[in-house]
Amino acid sequence: MRSLRGPLMLTTSIFVLWQAAFWMVGDMALRSPLSTLLYSSDLLSRESFYPHLIETCTAFGAAITIAVASGLAIGLLLGLSQLARGVLEPMLVAMYSIPKVTLYPILLLAFGLGMPAKIAFGAIHGFIPIALFTINAVRNIRPILLKTGRMLKMNKMQMVWRIIMPAALPEIFTGLRVGFSLTMIGTVLGEMFASQRGLGYMLMNAIGLHNVDVIMSITLMLVAFAASVSSLLLAIDRRMHR
Amino acid sequence: MKWVPLLRVALILALVGLLEVLCRTGGIDNFTMQAPSKILVDLGQMLSSGKLNASIAKTMSNASIAFVLAVSVGIVVAVLIHTKPTLREALDPLFATYYAIPVLAFYPMFIIIFGLGNVPKILIAFMLGVVAVIVNTLNGLDRVPRVLIKSARIARLSPTQTALKITLPFAAPFILTGVKFAIAYSLIGIIGSEFIMSTDGMGFEIAFAYNNFDNATMYPLILLVVLVSISANMLLGMWERKILSRRGLL
Repeated sequence: MRSLRGPLMLTTSIFVLWQAAFWMVGDMALRSPLSTLLYSSDLLSRESFYPHLIETCTAFGAAITIAVASGLAIGLLLGLSQLARGVLEPMLVAMYSIPKVTLYPILLLAFGLGMPAKIAFGAIHGFIPIALFTINAVRNIRPILLKTGRMLKMNKMQMVWRIIMPAALPEIFTGLRVGFSLTMIGTVLGEMFASQRGLGYMLMNAIGLHNVDVIMSITLMLVAFAASVSSLLLAIDRRMHR
Repeated sequence: MKWVPLLRVALILALVGLLEVLCRTGGIDNFTMQAPSKILVDLGQMLSSGKLNASIAKTMSNASIAFVLAVSVGIVVAVLIHTKPTLREALDPLFATYYAIPVLAFYPMFIIIFGLGNVPKILIAFMLGVVAVIVNTLNGLDRVPRVLIKSARIARLSPTQTALKITLPFAAPFILTGVKFAIAYSLIGIIGSEFIMSTDGMGFEIAFAYNNFDNATMYPLILLVVLVSISANMLLGMWERKILSRRGLL
């Protein structure tokens, strides 16, 4: 029960602060927690909401798949080859720090408006941390494990699947957790600019119409989804590292 | 391993050269991507004509305000939280999941509350950066050896003096990691929100140029943003290595 105390205290105080802010700012700019929850459930019962939700989920699903697959592949390759790591790792780190929003127009021109550009944008946010964490995880495997594998005359594939992956998994999982968050941010961000469908588009559309209900409800849904999946991943992550 | 950085430069040059050739020969059409040499020429013209100086100044000043706020508030909050274990226990889950939250999704709400202007942008950039500073400062404060704290107590330093003279200097390398994140995040926050909805700034100009098929403005601006963030990061990285090697940690 002790582990639940922190999150419970936190959620309660966020709702209390939200209600207080609502009383201070008023009806024009904010909605109370209760009316946001009611509007969210109303939104979820509407037929017209689902195409947007499905669009965002599909884009996110494809983006995270690409991010995980390419991140792991790049991470393993660079982790195993010292030369490739020396050359390419600083480039990945530099890419991690640039505001990737600025690259979105290039992606839009390359992929055209619509799903592929969103997926690409989500994926380039997610694959870098996954790759960086995998590189470190592979590099920090205890040498005795690799020596044992070599002694057993394992081939490259067996080494990767039987020794490297299991030994590096806890660290890689941390990378996956970070990658999940960034992919989600990327996907939603991609929908907020030059898009016709999806939750991000609904947010932008709602600013234009000054529809506070929609803005608050969708923000709440995104935050609740991100926070709960991320807490779940964090719990698994901590268990793995114990 | 001395030639590894050289190899990296050669690889980058080869990639840029390939892009140049592809753009010049029509392998990539000029609507999608412009030749790197043309982007450089355009960037030079743009900077010397000064027509976008106002936007660049706007973005940079907003990003600096957000950065200074994030670092100063972050360090003060971290020092306070460090002295209150109960508060820290309550806030830990927030810090752990904070970066999963799409902070930019709050931007529409902030526009409605504060109006379309500098405040919502700075707030977004501040929110993105401050937690990285707090988390890294806390990490540094956790590592202060007890003997230093005991010496502070023997010298009868007040809590503020202890923080300023003992614990924060010791935590400096960790705080610097947070500062590096804060630079990246303040640029991401400002340019990202300018991009989504704004009336000025580099992000706005990029989005505007995109909407008008004005590649001669868009690509130089993108290059400028990328160059600024990479060089800021490299400068701090050099400073960090200097501090670390002075302490024999590298």
